Amino acid sequence: MTEWIEICALEEIPRQGTRKVKSGDAHIALFRTQEDEIFALADRCPHKGGPLSEGMVCGKHVTCALHSWNIGLADGKAAAPDVGETPTYPVKVDAGVVFIQL
Amino acid sequence: MQKMKLVMVGNGMAGVRTLEELLKLAPGLYDITVFGAEPHGNYNRIMLSPVLAGEQTIQDIMLNDVDWYKENGITLHLNRKVVKIDRRARKVYSEDGTATDYDRLILATGSTPFILPVPGNDLAGVVGFRDIHDVDAMIAASGHYRHAVVIGGGLLGLEAANGLKLRGMDVTVVHIADWLLERQLDQTAAKLLQKNLEEKGLKFLLRKQTAALLPATQDGGEKRVGSIKFSDGSEIPADLVVMAVGIRPNAALAESAGIHCNRGIVVNDTMQTYDPRIYAIGECVSHRGIAYGLVAPLFEMAKVCANHLAEMGIGRYTGSLTSTKLKVTGIDLFSAGNFSGGDKTEDILLSDPVAGVYKRLVIEDNKLVGAVLYGDTVDGAWYFQLLREGRDISDIRDHLMFGQSRVGDVGHQGQHKAAAMSDDMEVCGCNGVCKGTIVKAIKEKGLFTLDDVKKHTKAASSCGSCTGLVEQILTSTLGGDYSPAPAVKPMCGCTDHTHEEVRAVIRKQKLLSIPETMRFLEWRTPDGCASCRPALNYYLISTWPHEAKNDPQSRFINERAHANIQKDGTYSVVPRMWGGVTTAADLRRIADVADKYQVPMIRVTGGQRIDLFGIRKEDLPGVWADLDMPSGHAYGKALRTVKTCVGSEFCRFGTQNSTQMGIDLEQAFYKMWAPHKVKLAVSGCPRNCAEAAIKDVGVIGVDSGWEIYVGGNGGIKTEVAEFLVKVKTAEEVLEYSGAFLQLYREEARYLDRTVHWLQRVGLDYVRKRVLDDEAGRKALYARLMYAVQGEPDPWRECTTEGEARREFEVLEA
Ligand SMILES: Cc1cc2nc3c(=O)[nH]c(=O)nc-3n(C[C@H](O)[C@H](O)[C@H](O)COP(=O)(O)OP(=O)(O)OC[C@H]3O[C@@H](n4cnc5c(N)ncnc54)[C@H](O)[C@@H]3O)c2cc1C
Ligand code: HEM
Ligand code: SF4
Ligand code: SF4
Ligand code: FES
Repeated sequence: MTEWIEICALEEIPRQGTRKVKSGDAHIALFRTQEDEIFALADRCPHKGGPLSEGMVCGKHVTCALHSWNIGLADGKAAAPDVGETPTYPVKVDAGVVFIQL
Repeated sequence: MQKMKLVMVGNGMAGVRTLEELLKLAPGLYDITVFGAEPHGNYNRIMLSPVLAGEQTIQDIMLNDVDWYKENGITLHLNRKVVKIDRRARKVYSEDGTATDYDRLILATGSTPFILPVPGNDLAGVVGFRDIHDVDAMIAASGHYRHAVVIGGGLLGLEAANGLKLRGMDVTVVHIADWLLERQLDQTAAKLLQKNLEEKGLKFLLRKQTAALLPATQDGGEKRVGSIKFSDGSEIPADLVVMAVGIRPNAALAESAGIHCNRGIVVNDTMQTYDPRIYAIGECVSHRGIAYGLVAPLFEMAKVCANHLAEMGIGRYTGSLTSTKLKVTGIDLFSAGNFSGGDKTEDILLSDPVAGVYKRLVIEDNKLVGAVLYGDTVDGAWYFQLLREGRDISDIRDHLMFGQSRVGDVGHQGQHKAAAMSDDMEVCGCNGVCKGTIVKAIKEKGLFTLDDVKKHTKAASSCGSCTGLVEQILTSTLGGDYSPAPAVKPMCGCTDHTHEEVRAVIRKQKLLSIPETMRFLEWRTPDGCASCRPALNYYLISTWPHEAKNDPQSRFINERAHANIQKDGTYSVVPRMWGGVTTAADLRRIADVADKYQVPMIRVTGGQRIDLFGIRKEDLPGVWADLDMPSGHAYGKALRTVKTCVGSEFCRFGTQNSTQMGIDLEQAFYKMWAPHKVKLAVSGCPRNCAEAAIKDVGVIGVDSGWEIYVGGNGGIKTEVAEFLVKVKTAEEVLEYSGAFLQLYREEARYLDRTVHWLQRVGLDYVRKRVLDDEAGRKALYARLMYAVQGEPDPWRECTTEGEARREFEVLEA
């Protein structure tokens, strides 16, 4: 289903910060960049499964807390020379509220 | 919009490297066209020597084949020399008359061998040593002729001579100076080298000036060289003459277009010529009056040039220190820096003519300024590193000559000779990388630098103790010395500023936040990276306590969540136990928490406290509230533990109350953030049960007071702490150790342990600041007390509702 699900207010995610989202068994990491863009990735690093929600947001990627891989927020792809990919979820911000499609 | 047109003249190592860097930074910004006078793709010119010697083939040394250009959408014209630049019309003309437009032009024309202006220098059989064509000519000659003469006893000449000898020719090296490699070696080392080469069958004629090359007695066809005649009238047979008397930058093309040249094409620090649309790079340029003839500086230039072409406009090339190696198998020779000596320099010498080893280290102001190594060059990379860093060597001076292994910096199994390692031996103990993996990555991925190897293999990217080994592997795999690390190392890829510069600016300009600092220092990335942000955050809060803004998003997750992340994403919690002392009530609460949250493992740490493992992040605030104990900071760049022994209260040997001293120290300092973790220990007598000798600050009780030791480390590389001072009272222990820690907090680089910082600044410096200067010591201590005063306990902050709590809450969807 492509329905937009309300998650939280934009303000509840810190700038350059992350939040964990749970939906049933799915663990999702929400990211807010310096420029207030919002992204969502599966909360699972393509390297060894580290929680990306614990990483550091720099520009448009997140640096994983476990072994410092850089994962692109827009495409879920690991930056070269590392290789790997994690699923992305569509998100939007509407009147200060964050929505996601699962 | 139409893409800009980038044209490059010269398809050599410096030019293609620039394109590679450019494609990484801004793929698709330009339509790129490359002209090369040679009929080949880009190959590793420095490996022509092993090719001549028959140790490698042309195939082995190709760096970018024709397909690489195709894959990157680059138009490649091989075998086409550019003969004219029309700067007004912005066109270059090649030999066949075709014109090509450019918006930006790179001149990377390299250099050509200097051919002595003597009669007969145009005879057949007279060659330079520069490209594949020359090597082919030499190999062909070695099959038909006997006598080879190499003019020039420099690096290039000796490598040519060695190759021709291995190809079976009878080789004489003619040199004008008093000894070989007079610019790289002193006379003693040169004599050893000459002796070794003579043993290999080479002949030498020193102090000889060539007067003419004479043709062989004619047997029809082309006129070929037959002998060489010297200014003293003597003559020797020569069927092949290799001129290796120096190189001349190829600047004629630029000069004819009216671009300012002074021997080389003159460029500024951004690699631009006097025509700002035209960049020049490589051996053809003259930068601050220097024309470089080695690959390492050219690669640094390439990086800068690419950055400007990519319109990022940051980065300057400010010149390079270079080191040399001779690539003749079986001969180990290394030299770097200034080794001719002078009034103010001292020499450390080791000379063992029987074993064929000669080493000379030149020292000025307690710093290494030059090194000549012959026969044993294992430590070349290490000396070069010391030289570039300008590190104070007084503490290691006694061992300096015996190399890095004597100073303790070796791989995990004690190896210090990469060459002696087999492919399956582990080099990097942290990331489990074997020698074979590194060699393979270097060969297959075309890696040139330590940074490349770190990125691709992860070797040397954690604790760094195997860096020396990795550098050796790099050198032995590539055959040459590329190590291009600049003299001063920037903080990270986001800036050109060093840690020290950034700290100074934060203080001077009173910068109070990360964005402000990045703006002021013109950071290259919009909001930094995971390595500079935590460092900046620390510099700000340590320089301006209570004023600068702490940024939780610029801290590693451990400091954000105030607990240690484990590999499965759960956390471990270590509450404070002052000086390792606990009570029944505390233990009971810990037990209750363990039951309530079903803690899977409870262990006693190496730092005398209790660690609760496997706690879910959401549960952390609850755990902390129920524990009702202060944070142990076991997760932070902060004061970890103060380990204590029993001491005089109970121990029959005890001379001082070490437990109380430990508790006092811990309570005084536990809220300080630091460049790295800090561990203290206090023992009550010299039996030292608390192992104070391997702590950042170790205090040992003696009958008449306390001894303070600093800079110990029990981690990856064990370091024994050095004696700082002996004091009488507990108050003095607090003041002296506090002042030491504050100096470290104010001046060390982020992620330096005390030992690393001490090695850089020297213990003498610390003595001056902490012991000799009483007012300074008291001021340091006062600043530390001010910094920790009123700092909240991070756990308590998160147990109450509010923004800090959010970190631990999970949203539902
Ligand atoms: C045998 C040998 C051993 C060496 N060993 C070492 C070593 O151990 N360590 C080290 O650091 N360095 C070494 N060097 C030096 C190193 O190879 C050079 O510094 C480096 O290759 C220079 O790179 P470049 O791009 O400036 O010039 P080049 O690699 O020479 O490239 C210039 C290219 O431009 C072409 N060209 C020139 N004019 C024109 C034109 N008008 N139109 C089109 N094309 C043109 C040339 O044909 C050439 O292919 C060695 C050099 C040689 C020859
Ligand atoms: C991710 C990396 C690491 C984690 C999670 C970690 C965690 C810990 C923890 C929780 C303790 C108990 C300390 C306490 O009671 O506060 C400890 C002790 C110790 N750690 Fe680490 N550590 C790490 C890396 C290192 C490194 C890199 C070194 C070496 C440089 C090191 C050296 C030590 C030593 C020597 C002790 C014992 C301290 C003592 O006896 O006082 N650790 N570590
Ligand atoms: S260091 Fe000395 S005082 Fe402390 S426990 Fe050991 S023997 Fe006793
Ligand atoms: S606790 Fe320390 S020594 Fe043990 S595995 Fe982890 S990092 Fe290595
Ligand atoms: S699990 Fe993310 S980098 Fe290793």
